[in-house]
Amino acid sequence: MSNLTEGFAAAFRLLFGFDADLWEIIILSLEVNFAAVVLSCLIGLPLGGALAVYRFRGRKAVIVLVNALMGLPPVVVGLLVYLVLSRSGPLGSLNILFTPGAMVIAQAILVTPIVTALTRQIIENLWQDYREQLTSLGSSRRRAIPTLLWDGRTAVLTAILAGFGRAAAEVGAVIIVGGNIAHHTRTMTTAIALETGRGNLALALGLGIVLVTLAILLNAAAWMVRERSMPETALIAANR
Amino acid sequence: MEAPSILPLALENISLRHDGQQILDRINMLVARRRTTVVLGPNGAGKSMLLKVAHGLIEPDSGAVRWSGLPGAAAHARQAMVFQKPVLLNRSVLANIVHAVRLQGVARAKAVHRAHTALDYVGLGDMAVRPARSLSGGEQQRLSFARAWARDPEVLFLDEPTASLDPAASWSIEQIIVELRREGRTAILSTHDLAMARRLADDLVFLHRGRALEAGSAEQLFADPKTPELAAFLKGELHW
Repeated sequence: MSNLTEGFAAAFRLLFGFDADLWEIIILSLEVNFAAVVLSCLIGLPLGGALAVYRFRGRKAVIVLVNALMGLPPVVVGLLVYLVLSRSGPLGSLNILFTPGAMVIAQAILVTPIVTALTRQIIENLWQDYREQLTSLGSSRRRAIPTLLWDGRTAVLTAILAGFGRAAAEVGAVIIVGGNIAHHTRTMTTAIALETGRGNLALALGLGIVLVTLAILLNAAAWMVRERSMPETALIAANR
Repeated sequence: MEAPSILPLALENISLRHDGQQILDRINMLVARRRTTVVLGPNGAGKSMLLKVAHGLIEPDSGAVRWSGLPGAAAHARQAMVFQKPVLLNRSVLANIVHAVRLQGVARAKAVHRAHTALDYVGLGDMAVRPARSLSGGEQQRLSFARAWARDPEVLFLDEPTASLDPAASWSIEQIIVELRREGRTAILSTHDLAMARRLADDLVFLHRGRALEAGSAEQLFADPKTPELAAFLKGELHW
């Protein structure tokens, strides 16, 4: 029990004492997570939309595969990215192992299947209802994808948040490809793992509380965006 | 409407099976210019399917849909369809029409202007910024007509457009259909509503269990049905 109380006290002290190291860690974590999610959306939203509206041989196998990839173990992804980016690996010449860039790549690999699979499901359901109407209006399948993504924006946003949650929560991949180097690649999750290992439970818990609070704030913000998004977006929507 | 006409439309020997049932059975039909053709028949006769095949939404198993003058894709651009249950995008009333007009390759400013004109046409001018799905059933159907009209179609497929509406809303839809004809547009309207058929039909096709039992001028068919099925239907004694 005392650990918990101390944890809260530590979290409070660190946050509102504007501890520079802590803020550095928080900001790096958010930057890496955010970049990974953006990258995943650039791939996963169109890919999920395409899987929803196009029919081709092997489509079901691809869907099963993408769904299965949602459960990729982060340490395995970390290991594979490590092998690819290490000096002797195929992309070793990029020299980005143990940098935030490598962490973004690893997390994007974890998040992309989530965004793709959930988007595919959302858009496929919409497509069933919209197909005849959109086809009647002369919309090609390709042209229908942005229309459907925008019409399903509430659900799609939830899919993106699920991806963000995955990125923010994982430790296995970033610790392998980032190396948990202080002031360089240390994120909230790797710092928690480190401090717990050192027996510095209060600090670890403090970081944990910060992480959970951020997740709640982010979801609350997304919820407010969703609530406000309906009628006002009309004119923006007309373009898609 | 200066572009060359896509009419007459000829359906040649159209057959369609679905789930082991013969939905359409060797249907031949001719649709003339600037007239309202009513496809009349009891529920389950295959009226909706016939319209969807003619509009190109469903491929028939055999038979051909021939548009005079223009091949499939070019002819499709001159058609619009209104479904029994309106499928509206999760956007404002205006954005729904703008989206449809933009699909024709019209520039945005022009599309917005056209959308406003279309809303005035169906009497929804003051509802432009409302979310489309907050409208009543009758208003949603009027919006569907506005969306169809905004694309300046020569031919309109109207699939039981008043079947789920109350009498007042049905009446306002009928006024729109009359106006469309007055503008020189050609409508193909499916209905099981005998009274509506009598009010609107120039030509009539009587569909029963997937077969076109009678076709010709409405006046003649109403006065002198040749088949016992149509005679029974006109007396309100044929329900399936």
